[in-house]
Amino acid sequence: MPDLSRRRALTAAAALAGATALAVPAARASDPTHDHGASHGSHDSPAAFDEIYKGRRIQGRPSSGGGHHHGAGYTVSVDGVELHVMRNADGTWISVVSHYDPVSTPRAAARAAVDELQGARLLPFPASPAN
Amino acid sequence: MTVRKNQASLTADEKRRFVAAVLELKGSGRYDDFVTTHNAFILGDTDDGERTGHRSPSFLPWHRRFLLEFERALQSVDASVALPYWDWSTDRSPRSSLWAPDFLGGTGRSRDGQVMDGPFAASAGKWPVNVRVDGRTYLRRSLGTNVRELPTRAEVDSVLAMATYDMAPWNSASDGFRNHLEGWRGVNLHNRVHVWVGGQMATGVSPNDPVFWLHHAYIDRLWAEWQRRHPGSAYVPGGGTPNVVDLNETMKPWNDTTPAALLDHTPYYTFDA
Ligand SMILES: [Cu+2]
Ligand SMILES: [Cu+2]
Repeated sequence: MPDLSRRRALTAAAALAGATALAVPAARASDPTHDHGASHGSHDSPAAFDEIYKGRRIQGRPSSGGGHHHGAGYTVSVDGVELHVMRNADGTWISVVSHYDPVSTPRAAARAAVDELQGARLLPFPASPAN
Repeated sequence: MTVRKNQASLTADEKRRFVAAVLELKGSGRYDDFVTTHNAFILGDTDDGERTGHRSPSFLPWHRRFLLEFERALQSVDASVALPYWDWSTDRSPRSSLWAPDFLGGTGRSRDGQVMDGPFAASAGKWPVNVRVDGRTYLRRSLGTNVRELPTRAEVDSVLAMATYDMAPWNSASDGFRNHLEGWRGVNLHNRVHVWVGGQMATGVSPNDPVFWLHHAYIDRLWAEWQRRHPGSAYVPGGGTPNVVDLNETMKPWNDTTPAALLDHTPYYTFDA
């Protein structure tokens, strides 16, 4: 999705979510203070979030050290299924469905995943030949 | 001797043989093992932990070996086949012959991203996406929508001009040739191409799209080009670096080869030009 239309989609979703009291900020460009990411060092974890984005529940929260895989320290899910996310050294984030395209926060990574999934369900990782 | 050619100059027969060999590997299940391996490294390579396939100096030798394994698998099916490369700085349009129905097929339809033509379209029945991160079992692409432009030749040249192979901290924050070629910093070459193709190519299971191999064969060729331009520049680090593959350390998952053994591609293959 072109950056402009993604930003428009995020803004629209923010308006929707605001109406359901799962308050979210507008697109990250217009609210640099809400999400924590690129501007923070790698030792503090972004805040938790919980919202409905494009009809799907996305959640994120700091996870206790170690985790079950390379100590990501932060867990994201889409409709309750964990989305594998990773923080880059510069504080940006990627997920397994958008692995070459860093965004500034885990919430942005969750939204990018919802955009990418186009309604498809996420499979629990690690990916393996599904039967 | 294997000669890797520009995909744009392949004959109809060469395209047909390449596609047939890829489909044969898919049918036998061997293809999906490559997808699984790649995803395991994508998930496991981290900036502050062990890193081998990506975001590290060994990004280039690791993918060189990975492509060699795949090319050998293709050649076990048809000994005449070599991996072609895609120079995306030249063939930069969704209308390129690369995406024609006699080769890789084109972009996906807008509704769900599904590729509708070519030998890898779900409708052709030979390309189920088995190793996947979501419920969709069909090949998807959205050429040029997630990012509009592929890298230009001038952008490629600006990266080839960087004389230092890689630099501490040896990850996605590094300055130097490797990380600019990989794309975590600067004009962004390799990563941007994955994003430009979209679909599975933008995910950890990117080898589900056969263009993965043509993209990486060109990245590999750019490494060779960089070596010719900077004969005095070496692979680094040279030793004693935690979590990072040094010049003479073996690489997972093979554990029998080092970056040093892969610096010269000519024992394995040459390029058409
Ligand atoms: Cu890779
Ligand atoms: Cu790649």
